[in-house]
Amino acid sequence: MPVAEAETPVRSSSEFLNSQGRLSHLRLLEAESIHILREVASEFERPVMLYSIGKDSSVMLRLAQKAFYPAPIPFPLLHIDTGFKFAEMLQFRDNTAREVGAELLVWRNEPAIAAGTNPIVLDTKRCCGLLKTQALLDALRHYNFDAAFGGARRDEEKSRAKERIYSFRDSAGQWDPKNQRPELWNLYNGRIHPGESIRVFPLSSWTEMDVWQYIHEEKIPVVDLYFAKARPMYVRGEALLPIEQDFVAWPGEKPQMVECRLRSLGCSPCTGAIRSDADSIPAIIAELISFRSSERANRVIDHDQEGSMEIKKREGYF
Amino acid sequence: MGVSLEVEGTRFEIEDFLAAEREKDLLRFSTAGSVDDGKSTLIGRLLYDTQSVYEDQVRSIEGKGTTAPGQIDFALLTDGLRAEREQGITIDVAYRYFSTARRKFIIADTPGHEQYTRNMATGASTADAAVVLIDASKGVLIQSRRHAYIASLLRVRQVVVAVNKMDLIDFDEHRFRAIERDFSSVLDAIAADTGTPVERVFVPVSALGGDNVVHRSDAMPWYRGPSLLELLESLPAAHDKLSEHFRFPVQRVLRPDQSFRGFAGQIASGSIRVGDDVTVLPSGRGAKIERIVTWDGDLEEAVAPLSVTLVLDRELDISRGDLIAEAQAPATVARSVRAALVWMDQRPLDVTRRYLLKHTSQTAPAFLSSIDYRTDLTTLAHEPADTLHMNDIGAATINLLRPMALDLYSRNRGTGAFILIDPESNATVAAGMVTAAYASAATREGDETGAWGPVTAGEREARWGHRGAALELTGPQALIDSIERALFAVGAVTTRIDAANDTFLLHPEFLDLAARVQTESGLLALVVHANQSAMLTARVEGLELSLDAENPMRAVAAVHELLRRVGIFISTEKAGL
Ligand SMILES: Nc1nc2c(ncn2[C@@H]2O[C@H](COP(=O)(O)OP(=O)(O)O)[C@@H](O)[C@H]2O)c(=O)[nH]1
Repeated sequence: MPVAEAETPVRSSSEFLNSQGRLSHLRLLEAESIHILREVASEFERPVMLYSIGKDSSVMLRLAQKAFYPAPIPFPLLHIDTGFKFAEMLQFRDNTAREVGAELLVWRNEPAIAAGTNPIVLDTKRCCGLLKTQALLDALRHYNFDAAFGGARRDEEKSRAKERIYSFRDSAGQWDPKNQRPELWNLYNGRIHPGESIRVFPLSSWTEMDVWQYIHEEKIPVVDLYFAKARPMYVRGEALLPIEQDFVAWPGEKPQMVECRLRSLGCSPCTGAIRSDADSIPAIIAELISFRSSERANRVIDHDQEGSMEIKKREGYF
Repeated sequence: MGVSLEVEGTRFEIEDFLAAEREKDLLRFSTAGSVDDGKSTLIGRLLYDTQSVYEDQVRSIEGKGTTAPGQIDFALLTDGLRAEREQGITIDVAYRYFSTARRKFIIADTPGHEQYTRNMATGASTADAAVVLIDASKGVLIQSRRHAYIASLLRVRQVVVAVNKMDLIDFDEHRFRAIERDFSSVLDAIAADTGTPVERVFVPVSALGGDNVVHRSDAMPWYRGPSLLELLESLPAAHDKLSEHFRFPVQRVLRPDQSFRGFAGQIASGSIRVGDDVTVLPSGRGAKIERIVTWDGDLEEAVAPLSVTLVLDRELDISRGDLIAEAQAPATVARSVRAALVWMDQRPLDVTRRYLLKHTSQTAPAFLSSIDYRTDLTTLAHEPADTLHMNDIGAATINLLRPMALDLYSRNRGTGAFILIDPESNATVAAGMVTAAYASAATREGDETGAWGPVTAGEREARWGHRGAALELTGPQALIDSIERALFAVGAVTTRIDAANDTFLLHPEFLDLAARVQTESGLLALVVHANQSAMLTARVEGLELSLDAENPMRAVAAVHELLRRVGIFISTEKAGL
């Protein structure tokens, strides 16, 4: 493990200050997230970081590198693989783990995958329940993790707005919105009984815009699927569906090349692309400003039911 | 390759936008009101009018809700969980985000009922400002007082009072002014009780119509002040943590190999440079800062609230929970504290039980040796109590089973705050703010013979009834004499520094030094500039009063009032008011 040498260039903290001599909002958010990562790593016996390959995970991983530098990240990364992730995502995942030098664990609900579980056969809600929620709970139990970091943000969805930074889960991994601990100042209560666990959201206070700006400022690598290029897609009215899985196609349906990108990365059958020519991070940020719909609108799963995110969380989802 | 963008007819370069974003700071504010004061509508309005809600979110609530057909029910934009929607109420703290061209905002939105105190305290604990709602058609209700009290107790310095539903009272100035007067006197009484001054501004608004929320309204020509959003954009952000003493709670020792040993943490207050002298508490050992390490490279200087890793110039036994503090002004190593408590658990406080006290990055067992009082939030009276129930606010004396390095909450929000945890249920049962710290364990008789170590700021404050301060008085000698006599009469420990002394005239820096030494020892130093003027000027901690010297009785009272407002007197009894 390389250790910082005293001859690394010494920087003035004025680089961190804006022209009014104040810390910018990104520095403030970064400092707060690093504090959370260090608290959890120090107070829990077996923490793990859920790594979903998306932009939020990428930021969270960078923050973990910063939090423990020059020591290595003191916990493994866990990816819940539904079998429906884009090939590019898996490639990126393996490269990233290698570059960062972090231990990567991959967990799949193999029995459900072998039984042919997919969102067409089942509905999306039951498919997610098996391939994501059940897989996650099994993995946490298998490895006996007592704290799991997730990259969720409070601005993503209404039920997330009330989520704590330390989200308490009972021994079945379930969330009771009425029974969460008050969180004051930056004092987190991480005490749990055996079998209970917490989910931790170090990016709670970040917005989608903050995440992209940070990726830009920090030059954090992200999966190519976020950038616009001509890709084969099934075009159904406004919706663009990736061709990764055969079962998505309607009989006789042929893909067309469309200049598009993904706004959030999920499972290919349930993640729609958007028409876009944003091929760089500044362009994505520009698009975000002009474009006024929430990122999850493109994910099929959250629409199934009014309040569906909350139901999933109660069942044990992030 | 530049990316440009067109928003509302204006074309700009994305790089310019990003540069402007880097200039933005962050303001956190809490909101609270009684049920139906229109808080959800107000927040929905703020989000909608600042274009912070996505079109699909607006589409999903169109045609729903309780407002007239064609009108958007803005409250639905902020209504969170299903359970609440079913009951038609909000029950917890929800955080919302929006940004304007000047700054980013985080709202801690707290409901006006059920578990109100607990939620309001949670929201206020990280807030720089509080927006208190009052329904103009109903006047000042208990919930608004409660919110203002909690904001003051938790040292949220700025209170913005939004007097809502002005449309229901025909935008009438007189009724607005009456509410302003009523609530101002409430705020004065609160500040006197908590010892924290409350800076306030009142804005008349109609959340439903959007008047004075984001845009100034034509309906109230008599009001010339800024809109609510303009106010929020101009409030000072974050407490001035930089002017406080350096405090760095160690979160983790980083030891990747034999050659490196660093202490990871977040700077709670102040700033630090390579070469600075520090004291490690509770051991009290000294060292110098050798390096300030970050992933982005070493720093020469770092300021609060950055998260960094410190390397010291010598091997000291330091572990998680220790405090690295400025050598010149270390924190108090306390065995017992007096604290204001907000009780948050169903199970009431039990003095026979052991609790865990979590402070910065350390947790230690603690006993509550006595409950000093419970505060009645309606009358602000301190009542004797033998327990505190859920949502009660009171004060207690707490013995720590292990010494802890801490500060008074009035000096440092980061190192003066703690939570209490029930070791059986693991619930967070109380939020605490240190009001006095003792180097020895408290006994019920207040016996101090067992005390050891240096006398702490908290001990002095507890005995003398005030904290240290320099009060600068310019005016006629005789009047200054009466002011000192009046302060002395109520038990203040005063000293007098004559600014006209030759030494001070030649070396003004000595005057500052003398005043500072006395202030830091907890004395009330009067810095006197005697003259023949008909006016008296009193100045303390940036606040200044000019008074007619012909009316000595009023001048004396006004100086007391000033000291009370700035929070120098810790209790109203001692101030003789
Ligand atoms: N006339 C009038 N009604 C308002 C105003 N603001 C809110 N309301 C109404 O007051 C009721 C309660 O508002 P809501 O925002 O749900 O209150 P909350 O319980 O404080 O969140 C709703 O019927 C709103 O439409 C206002 O400025 N004027």
